[in-house]
Amino acid sequence: MHRSTRSRRTGVLGALLMSAVLTLTACNAGSTGTAGSTADKSKLTVALTGEPVNLDFTTTAGAAIPQATMSNIYEGLVSVDQTGSIKPLLATGWETSGDNKSYTFTLQQGVKFSNGADFDASDVKFSIERVKSDAWLNGLKSKMDVVDTVEVVSPETVKVNLKRPSQAWLYSMTTLVGAMFDPSGVADLANKPVGTGPYALESWTRGDSIKLTGRDDYWGMKPGINNVTLRYFADAIATTNALTSGDVDLIYNMQAPELLSSFQSNPEFQVLDGTSNGEIILSMNNKVAPFNDKRVRQAVMYAVDRKEVRDTAWNGLGTLVGGPVPPTDPYYEDLNDVYPYDPAKAKALLKEAGAENLDITFTVPTRPYATAVAEVVFSQLKEVGINVKIQSAEFPAVWLDQVFNRHDYQMSVVLAVEARDVLTMFNNPNYYIGYDNAKIKDEAARADESDVTTYIAGMKNVVRTVVEDAASDTLFIFPNISVAKAGLSGIGANSVTEALSLAPIAWS
Amino acid sequence: MLIRIFKNLARFIVTFLAATLVVFGIMRVLPGDPAAIAAGENATPEIVEQLAKEFGTDRPLPVQFWDWFSGLLRGDFGVSYVTRTDISPLVLDKVQVSLILVTLAMLLALAIAIPLGTLAAVRHKKASGALISALSQLGIAIPGFLLGILLVSLVSLRLGWLPANGWTPPGEDFGDFIRRIILPVTALAGVQSAIVMRYVRSAVLETMHEDYLRTARAKGLSPMKALLKHGLRNAAIPVLTVTSVQFAALIIGAVVIERVFVIPGLGSMLLTAVGNRDLLTVQSVVMVLVAITLLINLIVDVLYTILDPRLRAAD
Repeated sequence: MHRSTRSRRTGVLGALLMSAVLTLTACNAGSTGTAGSTADKSKLTVALTGEPVNLDFTTTAGAAIPQATMSNIYEGLVSVDQTGSIKPLLATGWETSGDNKSYTFTLQQGVKFSNGADFDASDVKFSIERVKSDAWLNGLKSKMDVVDTVEVVSPETVKVNLKRPSQAWLYSMTTLVGAMFDPSGVADLANKPVGTGPYALESWTRGDSIKLTGRDDYWGMKPGINNVTLRYFADAIATTNALTSGDVDLIYNMQAPELLSSFQSNPEFQVLDGTSNGEIILSMNNKVAPFNDKRVRQAVMYAVDRKEVRDTAWNGLGTLVGGPVPPTDPYYEDLNDVYPYDPAKAKALLKEAGAENLDITFTVPTRPYATAVAEVVFSQLKEVGINVKIQSAEFPAVWLDQVFNRHDYQMSVVLAVEARDVLTMFNNPNYYIGYDNAKIKDEAARADESDVTTYIAGMKNVVRTVVEDAASDTLFIFPNISVAKAGLSGIGANSVTEALSLAPIAWS
Repeated sequence: MLIRIFKNLARFIVTFLAATLVVFGIMRVLPGDPAAIAAGENATPEIVEQLAKEFGTDRPLPVQFWDWFSGLLRGDFGVSYVTRTDISPLVLDKVQVSLILVTLAMLLALAIAIPLGTLAAVRHKKASGALISALSQLGIAIPGFLLGILLVSLVSLRLGWLPANGWTPPGEDFGDFIRRIILPVTALAGVQSAIVMRYVRSAVLETMHEDYLRTARAKGLSPMKALLKHGLRNAAIPVLTVTSVQFAALIIGAVVIERVFVIPGLGSMLLTAVGNRDLLTVQSVVMVLVAITLLINLIVDVLYTILDPRLRAAD
């Protein structure tokens, strides 16, 4: 009796143990390899924060998707270089008609998609028309509204006819709306992207990493490093730990400037402090009290010391510009002097507006930059008699719902990452900022239809009007910080598009 | 014993059904619309509307529930509209990661807690016993993530002995798997061993005062021998209870450790899915958790009856 109990007990324990061992050895749980080899020059591991939810930017928003795919998997007819000027890519050149309404592109020959299909003028027609169709569910598709028709002149020539001349359109063609697709490659864009770029998707382990491999049949210069792993981290400390212990070679668009100091003094690493397209916008709801009064908005502009905000919240990194335009845009100008830090003036304006001892709610998205900025803004506004109540909003879910879609807020702060987005933000009274665009609407339209010089001058006027009206305060331009092993070259310091271009990166 | 198992199974099914409703309900009450998140900061109302239609989130709630529930009955979690992939293989993959992590951590915790807890009980009047007790207090006070961060900065960054984070599947490179799992398992096991140790100590202490142990001593067994032969089985029951409860809690509770060590486990998957309001994935993960918890209870119940014959007779 006693013996039988014991043997059954050992039987059960044995079975449990066996199954545990089996689970441990037989399975391929979390199928991935995160091991980064430091010696191998054909490999590169990049640390990024924020994994894409899927790879289809035609139906899903989020900067992580174009960051991984544009210029690596997908290419457009044109691209933009580190200084912001437009360069040929899949088009070797282009001509504009006399009335500036048609663009005739000559296409690069011998270009193949990663699924083997040839790239020609019919793909250009397909891709542009697809953006305008219901297949695209990304708000950026409106950038293609200006296109009237696309004509295939010959396999290597394509003519795009616009409804009206547009300076902004060609630039848009360098962004994700200009990505070239093949009709045979759009069945499962979320998981199987097919493009003409130097890399193809090798594998994707959700929650961990994306692997890209250089294509043998790529039309242009072969990438400097053939096997690239994009590893996604939830927080910045884990990225620097991985870099220190040698698991990753490069941290791109690093999100924690306070962790930089240990790398800056170490000769084994290089720190690149570039600029980005992202503006930290202290947004004020122009349609509701108290910010429907221009004087109250102006008071905020004078009360906030943007330099102190940047120095305290973001370790002094980032560019002070005074307006919603990064220095890499053609119509940039330094607008820091329009609203210098002047608390006395702020108080006077508040008094004039009858808004002394003002109580406002500041809806802060749950992002490191936002919480850091909010604390400084909080105390600066308090000094001029604005009592701020900070309300935290989960980002993106709650923030999008409450602030962006329902406009149920007074003040918020957000990093606006879209390239050349000043008109998106301020030329649309139904946008969440609610700026009355009557003063800029016509000038913006005129500028877009003019030649380059008039366009730039017109846009400068538009931006200046927006800033003078205190539509919102641009606190600073978000820095694009990269930390890499010393042996890496070719990393684009500035993030001028949404893409992280991998092909130029190489080991020296 | 069979009746007992059947009772448990019935309870399992009822709990599971109730859980489906609760989980579904909570996910719909949460603020934030998956279509609005997918449309992001360039959204227009038309695009959000069109996406909701594609996602099926514009349909009446009972329809959505039945759609999901009937899939569950077929063992199919469906396709996530956020990630556009089959949920089942993804969840299965992440469950394995979490189970490996938590199982190893619990085994390590038990390997530390049982001998030390017993020792602390046997020597509870001596300095060494008091010292062990004090150490376990300290262990409970240090959160796992803090221990994890300390381990990383010391063992990985300062000494360079082990990788700081990351995960390699055991089937791919077993050596690297081991190197990467040592620190997270240690960090997880730290607090757990301290908690379990306190239960072991009090269970053994209680058993030591039982009449049958005095009888065993009277038969001439040494205190240690009497405890090992007659006492441990009785002391095991509360320890088994706390171990099972901790195990179930850790599968999601390990998320903090997963974040510190960048491990693609179930907790991280759940957190990401909640952030994206990926309702189907969240529901699926939670259902898997419910199932695991209920399964653990079932196993523990069987183990009780093996440990304590009186429970069998009670049926």
